[in-house]
Parts: sequence; C-alpha cells; structure tokens
Amino acid sequence: MDAILVQLLNGLDKGGAYALIALGLTLVFGTLGVVNFAHGALFMLGSFVAVAFRQLLTLESVVLSATELSPWGTPLEIRTSYATSWFGDFGTVLIDWSVPISVLIAIPIMLLIGIVMERGLIKHFYKRPHAEQILVTFGLAIVLQEVIKAMFGANPIPQPMPEMMRGAADIGIYLGMAENAVTYPWWRMIYFFFSLSIIGMVFAFLRFTTFGMVVRAGMADREMVGLLGIDIDKKFTIMFGLAAVVAGLAGVMYTPMLPPTYSVGMDFLVLSFVVVVVGGMGSLPGAVAAGFLLGILQSFSAMTEVKSIIPGIDQIIVYLVAVIILLVLPRGLFGRKGVMED
Amino acid sequence: MFALPKKQLIIFVIFALVVLTMPLWMSPLGAAYPGLLQKFAIYGLLALGFNILFGLTGYLSFGHAAFLGVGSYTAVWSFKLLTMDAVPAIILAAILSGLFALLIGYVSLRRSGIYFSILTLAFAQMSYNLAYSVLTPITNGETSLQLSLQDPRIIDLTFMERGQGLPTVSLLGIDMSGYSGFYFCAVVLIMGFFIAQKITISPFGLMLKGIKSNQNRMKYTGFNTRPYMLSAFVISGIYAGIAGGLLAVTDPLAGAERMQWTASGEVVLMTVLGGAGTLFGPIMGAWIVKYFENIFSAFNDTVLHNIFAFVPEGFREWVVSCAGLFVGEGWHLTLGLVFVIVVVFLPGGLMEGYRRIVSKFGAGKPNQPNSSAPDSPAPVKQPAE
Repeated sequence: MDAILVQLLNGLDKGGAYALIALGLTLVFGTLGVVNFAHGALFMLGSFVAVAFRQLLTLESVVLSATELSPWGTPLEIRTSYATSWFGDFGTVLIDWSVPISVLIAIPIMLLIGIVMERGLIKHFYKRPHAEQILVTFGLAIVLQEVIKAMFGANPIPQPMPEMMRGAADIGIYLGMAENAVTYPWWRMIYFFFSLSIIGMVFAFLRFTTFGMVVRAGMADREMVGLLGIDIDKKFTIMFGLAAVVAGLAGVMYTPMLPPTYSVGMDFLVLSFVVVVVGGMGSLPGAVAAGFLLGILQSFSAMTEVKSIIPGIDQIIVYLVAVIILLVLPRGLFGRKGVMED
Repeated sequence: MFALPKKQLIIFVIFALVVLTMPLWMSPLGAAYPGLLQKFAIYGLLALGFNILFGLTGYLSFGHAAFLGVGSYTAVWSFKLLTMDAVPAIILAAILSGLFALLIGYVSLRRSGIYFSILTLAFAQMSYNLAYSVLTPITNGETSLQLSLQDPRIIDLTFMERGQGLPTVSLLGIDMSGYSGFYFCAVVLIMGFFIAQKITISPFGLMLKGIKSNQNRMKYTGFNTRPYMLSAFVISGIYAGIAGGLLAVTDPLAGAERMQWTASGEVVLMTVLGGAGTLFGPIMGAWIVKYFENIFSAFNDTVLHNIFAFVPEGFREWVVSCAGLFVGEGWHLTLGLVFVIVVVFLPGGLMEGYRRIVSKFGAGKPNQPNSSAPDSPAPVKQPAE
C-alpha cells in the first residue's frame, strides 16, 4: 500500500513537468498549427534563465586579506558576493531563493523569446507542410542548444533549492501510517502544485477572458474569426509567447531536481511529443491528463516488483504506451475529430 | 535487369567514377585519408537509403538510426561468432535490419504524417533504451560491443589457428583497413546507387512518388498503398543496416549511441541539406556534413589566429573569439544555422539551388524545367478529404 503511494507521488512531479511542456506544445499546435520541435529548447532556455540569474547574484569580489594566510601560505582570499555586500542579509536571502525568484524573471524573458521566435521564423512556415515545420524547428533547437552550450559549457550546473524547502514531508503520518513510511521531498510537492496552478491559470485564461474566448474561437475556425474583423494572427503570436512562458517556467522550477545541461531540452522534447500524441493532438485536457498518466506509469514501472516480471519495462513504458494508444485510438485519448488527420 | 536508359547510364558511370577517384580529387581539399573517405561512402549510403523513404514517399522517419545500430551489432556479432570476413557480416546485417524494419514499418505505417514520425521516433528510442539496459548481454551496454580474444569465430577457427592478438576484418584475405576498406565501402555505395536509380525510374518508384503527391487519389485509383509503403520502408531500413554493417567493417565496434534519435536527426539533416527526392542530393549532403564536421572540428584558436592574421592587432582577439563559436566544439551551431537557412530559403536543398542557377543561366534552352518561373501555376492545394 505505501509502496504504491510512494510511486504515485513520485510520478506526480515528473508528470507535472510532462504536462506543462505538452500543454505548451499543444497550445502552439492548436493555435498556429505548427509542429514545434524547438519546444524542448524553450524548456531548456527557461532553466538557464535560473542558472544565469544565480550566476549574476553570486558574482564575487575577491579581496586579498592583509593579515590571514591560507593553508598554502598565500594571503587568504576573501570572497564576498556583490549581492551580499550591497544588500547585506537580504542579499543572502536573495541568493538562497534564486530559483523561485527566477520564475518572475523568466516570465518576461520567455515571453519575449517566444514572440521573437514566432515573428522571426515560425510565421513563415504556417502554409508549409508539417515535415518542413519539423525540420526548421529541429534546426532551431540545435542552434539554441549550441548557443547555450557555448555560453554555459557542457557540464550540468546544479541549482540548490532554498534552504527552507529542503528535506521531505512525512505524508504517511497524516494518513495514519508509521513514521517515515511515506515521505515526499518538499520541492517535488511544490513542483506538483506549481504545475497544477500554472495549468489552472492557462485554462482559466482561455476559459474566462475575452482574449481566451477569441483564441478558442480561432482554434476552431481561424478564417471565420478573421472575417469578423479580429486580428487573429496577433493573438496567436501572444499564444506562442504564452506557450514559451509555460515551458520556460517548467524548466526554471525543474532545475533543483535535475541540474540543467544544454541537452535537457531534447530529452524532454521526445517524451513530451509522445505525451501530446497520447493525449490527442490539439487537445489541452488530453495533454495534461496524458502528462500525469505517463509520469505515474513511468514511476510505477520503475518498481522492482514490476521490473522483475518484465525486465526493462521502465525504460520503454512511455513509448510502448504511445505505440499502443496510437494504434488502438488513432486520435489519442482526448483527440477531436478532424484535427491532424490525413 | 541490369539495363538502364542511356541518360541514367551516363549518370551512373559518372557517379561511379566520381566515387572511385575520390582519393584523387579529395586530396586538394585535404580530405584524402581513408578514415574520412570511408565515412563519406557509408553515410552517403545511409542518406541514399533514407531518401528512398523520405524523398520518394514523403514519410519523415525520425528513427532511422535504429536500423544503423542493428546493422552494426549484427556485423560485430558475425565477426565474433562466425568469421572475420566482411561479406557474411554485411549480408547478415542487411537481413536482420530488414526484418527489424519490416516489424517497425508494419506498425508505424498504420499512421501517416506527424504520427508516423512520432511512432518511428518512439521505436528508435525504445531500441536505444533497451540496448542500454536490458539487452546488455547482446549489446554490451555502455562499453559497446567489441571483439575479444576468446571469441568462438566458428568458421575461421576450423580453417586456421587462433592467431596472436585481435584479428582484423578482411575480405577474402584482404585486410579491410585503410584504402581497401574505402574501396569496399565505395563499391557497396555504387551498388546501392544503382539500385536506387532502378527504383526511381521503375513503376514501383513512380507509385511511391504518387503516394507522396496524393495518397488518397492513389487509393481511389485502386492501388493498395500499404505494401508499396512497407517495401519502401524495408528497403530504406536495409540500406541503413548495410551502412551500419560497413561502420562495423571499418571499425569493429558497435555502441548504442549510434541508435540515439539525434543520430536519426543527422540523417534527416544530410538528406534535406543535399536535396530530398533527388538521387545525388542526399549523398552530397552526407559528404558536405561529414567533410565540414571533420574540417571545422579540427579548428582551434591557433589555427584561427593564423587565418585572421590580416586583421589588425587588438581587433583580432575579438574576431577570433567570435569565429571560435562556430568552429571546433561549436561546429554543430554552424550546422544548425546552415540547416535552418536551407529549410527556409531552399526547401529542395542544395540540388534545388543548383537547378535554380542552371535555369537562370540556361534560360535559352526550351526544355529546361523552370520551377521558379513566375508564370508557372501555383502548386494545387491538396483538397481536404
């Protein structure tokens, strides 16, 4: 019982990441009709916003001490970060909380990146075949990835989480189980609720605002909305920016769990495409449901009991599910009729 | 069976000459050493095979590296278990990768468009992950499959004694390293080119092109397109398998990273860069990618300093550090940029660029197909079915 609960919890945060990336991917596909292979790169860019912010904060001034000597006999170097020397204790707090604060910084940056990407490149590909869209965004992903590699190097850069959020919550106690039976790291729990709230915000935005209404109408029939005198292209550009923000935020918050490298985007991209296909191309609830479903399935298949029955299942479960779903339910779990059928 | 129309025959002979004289005309370009030439031939073959699927039918597979990997593993196992001769290894690689392609193709081809791409991607990732984890007894996981002194090599050892040290791959006693290895690969490439030529001009090839331009109409005219697609998929899988086998022939080592989806992406890149749908384009794309990968990766700061020696002092550092982003480690950046530019401006790849230049300067010829003429009718949009 508790083993199952632990795996369920473990699947939730990973599922949250999948759901967020797949949500953005579906949003772009549903609005612009573009298959965006560079979406994983946006996730990666988001996580490097967090890295860059922390590197800025921890820029240090080095002063040679006049009196003290280091163990090697040279004058001791006193390193103080500018943030601390300028803001005092507040600076230390700032560094400690760099990852959550990066979320706020990432929003405008990712929005800008998304809009530039759409206006600069993607907009020329609306009328081209899907194969060419895949090719150009694949090329773009390589370029973005290599730029980040040139700037930050090829090694993973660990990002510590705030001191307060380290450690794990003992969930078992609340459910009347023994102590330490079911523990769950705080940060993972935060990630899960963070992803839920972002998903909720996106859905509320589409559901309850006029802007969202227009966008939904545009997803259903772009031409008709255009005929009503609405500049739907402009709205769709903003939706692309929004999708970039969602992917970027998913990346920022994921950094304490997985030290970001330049290639992290590609790894998530393949998985999130699988998620989108399982959920149904163009279906937002489908993307979210499939994201959590696959995350949980993945963590269940990693249990030793399961692995002893079918060895290696944890490595392929996601792809296997995708293959089966595509063959049995060609439209995915929640796919609508008429979307991406040829 | 071996006859070709006159025009195709000329193309074939020219191609064969170009490939076989590669060591000569590549030497001024600084690429005339066997290791690189072998790669030219092998990746040319891979791109050629990929083009039979993508270029002719328009189905974009993102999992071709899986067949390359299967071919490599099979070849190395053939070296380990049977004989160090190259021919059985290649034949076995072709058969096994063909079977593998049959299996994957049968499932993947139930869907088309982007779903097909994702399905092939999923299969390739599955094979890659399995090769790294559960199948380690077969693939040797991260350390990659290698020859060892204790290999049984049944056929070889019935005829001769076990020698000192690791044996080398051979073809009827000729050592397959260096130039002889290149010529072996080159001959295979030329044979592959011939088959690809035959396919392109055959009714079968026309059928594939028909599927590309409008699959539904093909179905309405009474053709069952599935067997055609499946054969194209298997053929192109066999090409990839043979290419993987050749990789193992030139260097008897097989690792799982050959199956990663970025490797599949590389094949796509080569084919599109050269020009999908043309015969020579993909091969040229492969050559260009491999050539510049080799040349650019070797650049470092010292070389750059020598190149930019004419730039005034002080400014030079800046130029060198800027250029340094695009060469050496950053070579993939250049590749990505070039690729994006080609897809945006020349969707038909370099071959289309060539055709545009020819049609610009050869406008006097009446029979010249002029694709960029302003009065040519706009491509008919595929009707929604």
